[in-house]
Amino acid sequence: MIDAKHSLILIAVMAGVTILLRFLPYFVFSKHTPKAVLFLGSVLPYSLVAMLLVYCLKDTDFTSQSHGIPEIAAVAFVALLHKWKHNTLLSVLCGTIFYMIMLQFVFA
Amino acid sequence: MNKVTVKAAFKASLPIMAGYIVLGMGFGVLLAAKGYSFWWAILMCVTVFSGTMQYVGVNLLGAGASVVSTAIMTLMVNARHLFYGISMLERYKDMGWRKWYAFFGLTDETYSLICLEPRLPKGADRRDFNFLLTLMNQIYWIIGGFLGAFLASLIPFNSAGLDFSMTALFVIIFVEQWELTHCRIPIYLGLGVSLVCLFIFGADNFLIPSMIGISAGLFIFRKRIENAEREAQKHD
Repeated sequence: MIDAKHSLILIAVMAGVTILLRFLPYFVFSKHTPKAVLFLGSVLPYSLVAMLLVYCLKDTDFTSQSHGIPEIAAVAFVALLHKWKHNTLLSVLCGTIFYMIMLQFVFA
Repeated sequence: MNKVTVKAAFKASLPIMAGYIVLGMGFGVLLAAKGYSFWWAILMCVTVFSGTMQYVGVNLLGAGASVVSTAIMTLMVNARHLFYGISMLERYKDMGWRKWYAFFGLTDETYSLICLEPRLPKGADRRDFNFLLTLMNQIYWIIGGFLGAFLASLIPFNSAGLDFSMTALFVIIFVEQWELTHCRIPIYLGLGVSLVCLFIFGADNFLIPSMIGISAGLFIFRKRIENAEREAQKHD
C-alpha cells in the first residue's frame, strides 16, 4: 500500500472526474437543451445498452478451450427465457445459474 | 416517500443486487490484496461508485500512479457517463433535490433500468422511485465492497461465473428495448459500431471510438429515426 495521503488524493481524483462526467451535461444543458441533444438523449439508451452488452462480452476468447460457447449459449438462453416469460428476476437467476454450470462443470 | 414506491424500487433493484454484491466483493478482494483495509473499500464505493473505475483504480493505487495519469485514466474509462447524463436531462428534469444524488449515482446498470421507464404501481412516485433505485443499488455495491475486503480470501464457494448476472441484465434490457422501440436503427448502430470498434481497437480501447461512431451514425440516420417515431405515435 502506498502512503495514505497519496491514496486519498488518487481516490478523490477518481471520484471528482467521475462526478464531473456525470454532471457535466446537466450543468451545460439544464437551462437550454438544443434539439440535437434532446434527440441524442432519447435514442442513446438503445445504442448504449447494445454497446454495454458488447462490453460485457468483450473478453470472450473464441480460441480458448471452450470457444466462447458458455457465453453465447447463456446469452441466447437469457434472451429466449426473457422473451417467453418477461420476468427480469427469473431471467437473471436462471441465466446466471446456467452460465455457472456451463463454466464450472460442462467446460471445466 | 410512500411504501408503494419503496416496494417498487426494491423489486426493481433485485436483479442488480446479486451482480453488485458479487462485483463489489471482487473489487474488495483485489483492494485488500494491495494492503488496503475494508475502510478504503467502503470509501471508494461511497465516493467513486463506478465498477469499472474502481477495478482500474486498484491498479492505479497499487502502482502509486500520479494524479495526472489517474485523472486521464478516469476520463477515458468513464467518458460514457457523459452520454448517460444527456439521456437523463429530460427524465430527471422534475426531480428537485433528488436529482443531485440521482446524477451522482448514475451507473451503467441504474441508467439502463431507468431508461426502460418500468411501469410503476398506482400511487408510486417516479421521482422517488428513481432516487431510491439509485440508492439501493449503491447500498448493494457498498456491502459487496466491504464483504470482499473484510473476508478477502474467505469467499465460501466457487463463484466463478456469478458476475454473468450483470451481462444477463443487459441482455434482458436489450430484449425489452427490442420489443418496445418502433425503430431499431439505434440498436443496430449500437451493436454494429461497437463490434467493429472492438475488432479494430481491441477490448481495452473500443469504448470511446464506439461512442463517437454511434453518435455520428445517429445523426446520419436522424431523419429516418424521427420519422419512424412520428409514424408510430400516429398509430398509437
